[in-house]
Amino acid sequence: MASLSMITGQVKRSFAVAKKDMAIYYLKGPVIIFGLIFPFFLIVAFMLGRNVPVKDLYPGIMGMTVFFTATSVGPAIVPWEVRSMTFERLVASPVATWAILLGDTEASFCFGLIISLLTAMIAPLIGVSILHVLVFGLALVLATICFAALSILLSAYPPTDTPGNTMMLASMVKFPLVFVSGVFLPLGQMPEWGRLVAYISPLTYYTDLVRYSTDGVSYFPALVDIIALAVFTIVFMVAAIWVHEKVLTRRLT
Amino acid sequence: MTAKAIVVSDLAKNYGPLKAVDRVSFSVDAGEIFGFLGPNGAGKTTTLRMLTGIIRPDGGTASILGHDVVRDNLAAKQVRGVVPEMSNAYVDLTAWKNLLLTGELYGIPKKLTEERSERLLRQFGLYEKKDRAVKGYSKGMKQRLIICMALVSQPPLLFLDEPTSGLDVESSRLIKDIVREVNKSGTTVFLTTHNMEEASQLCDRVAIIDRGKIVAVDSPEKLKAKSKELQSIEVSFDRPIDLGGLAMADVSKTEKAGDKYRIYTGNPDAVIKRLAGFAEEKGLRIVTLNLLAPSLEDVFVELTGKGR
Repeated sequence: MASLSMITGQVKRSFAVAKKDMAIYYLKGPVIIFGLIFPFFLIVAFMLGRNVPVKDLYPGIMGMTVFFTATSVGPAIVPWEVRSMTFERLVASPVATWAILLGDTEASFCFGLIISLLTAMIAPLIGVSILHVLVFGLALVLATICFAALSILLSAYPPTDTPGNTMMLASMVKFPLVFVSGVFLPLGQMPEWGRLVAYISPLTYYTDLVRYSTDGVSYFPALVDIIALAVFTIVFMVAAIWVHEKVLTRRLT
Repeated sequence: MTAKAIVVSDLAKNYGPLKAVDRVSFSVDAGEIFGFLGPNGAGKTTTLRMLTGIIRPDGGTASILGHDVVRDNLAAKQVRGVVPEMSNAYVDLTAWKNLLLTGELYGIPKKLTEERSERLLRQFGLYEKKDRAVKGYSKGMKQRLIICMALVSQPPLLFLDEPTSGLDVESSRLIKDIVREVNKSGTTVFLTTHNMEEASQLCDRVAIIDRGKIVAVDSPEKLKAKSKELQSIEVSFDRPIDLGGLAMADVSKTEKAGDKYRIYTGNPDAVIKRLAGFAEEKGLRIVTLNLLAPSLEDVFVELTGKGR
C-alpha cells in the first residue's frame, strides 16, 4: 500500500514533469500563437453571417476553446519523448508512470486554462454576461482537467514514437465529439438520437454548464453536469494510466 | 562477506520466440566496477534495461541494493543513476535546467541540486556552457552532461551503457577517469561495453554474455589466465619470410599481421627456441620477439565463438 508521503512525493515530482512540458512543448511561439488566435477565429467564424445572438454562440465558443487548447499538444508529448529517448530517462528515474502522466496532464491543464481564461475574459466585450461566476469558473477548471486527461489517454495507443500518428487519431476522436456535444446546436434542439450520442461526450456537459452560467438555463441540472465531468476525468485518467502501463514495454523496445 | 549491490537470478526476457536474455544469473559486489560484455544482440542492453526498470523481465528476479526491480521499482530507481548509450538530455533545455530537472525527479532539495550541479559541471568542463541549450553541444559534451545528470543524485550504484562509444580520445579518457573516481568514492559501477581494452582497464570483474546466456564471470586477469592456449608470440624478421611451412609443435594458430607473425601457443618456450633455430638456419635477423599474454578480446572471441 502506497504511503501518503510517497504519494505526495510523487505528486511533487509530477510538477517537475509539468514544468518541463511547459518549457519544452507549450511555451513555444507557434503553440502560443495557435492558442491565442484559435479562439479569435472561432468567434469570427461563428458570428460572421449568422443572425444568432452572440450569447447563444458563446457556450459553443468556450467549449471549443477549452476542448481544443487542452487537447492541443498532450497527445504528441509521449511519442515525441519516446522518439528523442527522453521518455526512457523519465521511466528510469524514480517517478511512477502515473506521476509522469499526471505531470503531462497538469501541463495540458495549465495551457488550456490560461488560453481559455483569455476567451472567458472577452465575454463582457462581446456583450455576454456571466450570471453564475462560480459555476462558470468551476466548470472551466473541471472541463480543462477532463480534456487534459483525455489528451493523455489519446497519447496512449498505439504505442508509437511518431507524434503524427497519435495526432491524427486524436483528430479523429476530437472532431466528431465537437459535432455531437451541443456546441453548434443546444441539446434541447437536437433529435433524440443526437442527444443519446451527446451523452457520451464530456464536452456536452461543459457547454451545458456554460449555457447555464450565461443564460441561467441548461439541459441537465448543473450538479449532474459537474458530476459527469468529474466522472469522465477519473475514467480518462485511470484508462490513460492503465493503457500506458500496459504498452510501456512495447513502446520502449 | 561482501555486500551485494546487484543480485540477478534466472532473469529472462523474450521477444516473441527470441530469448533475448535466457535465465541469466550473476551478482555484483558493492564497490566494484563490473563490466558486462557481449557482441551485438547478445542481450547486454536488454539486461541493463531490465535492471534499470525500463522494461519488465518475463521471468526471474533482480534486486538493486536489496530492492526488487519489479516489486520495489521506485526504491530501486532512487538508488541508481543511469547513463544510456545515446544522450537523452532534453536538447531544448540548457545543461543547468536539465540538471535541476533531474534533481526534482529524484526529490533532491533545489539548493543541494544547484551545489552538486555546479561542482559536476566544473569537474566535467561544462560550467562555462551551462546556460546554452543542449542542442548546441557536441556528442562528447552531451555524453559528459548525461553523466553529470546521472551523478547529481549521488547514487550508490551507477549504470553506464557503452559510455565511451563513438567519443573522441579526450572525452573518452575524461569519462574513464571519472568512472574510476566515482568508484573510488564508493559508488558501484555496472557498465556495458564492446571495448575490451576499456573493460580490461576499468573493471574489477566482467561477465560475458552471448546469445542471451552468461558464458563467463570473472576478473579480466583470471579470464586471461584461464586461456593459456591464447598466449601468443609476436615475431618479425629483417626480411619477408613465409612461416606457413615451418613445423612447430603446440601451435594452435599462426597469423600474419602486417610485417609480423603472431603465433598462438600453449608452450611459448618451445616455440621461441624453434623460432631462434629457424632464424639461425635461414640466416635471418630477429627484429621483434614479444611474448604476449592473451588480451580480454582474445578471451571474448574464444568464449563467444566469434572467431569461428
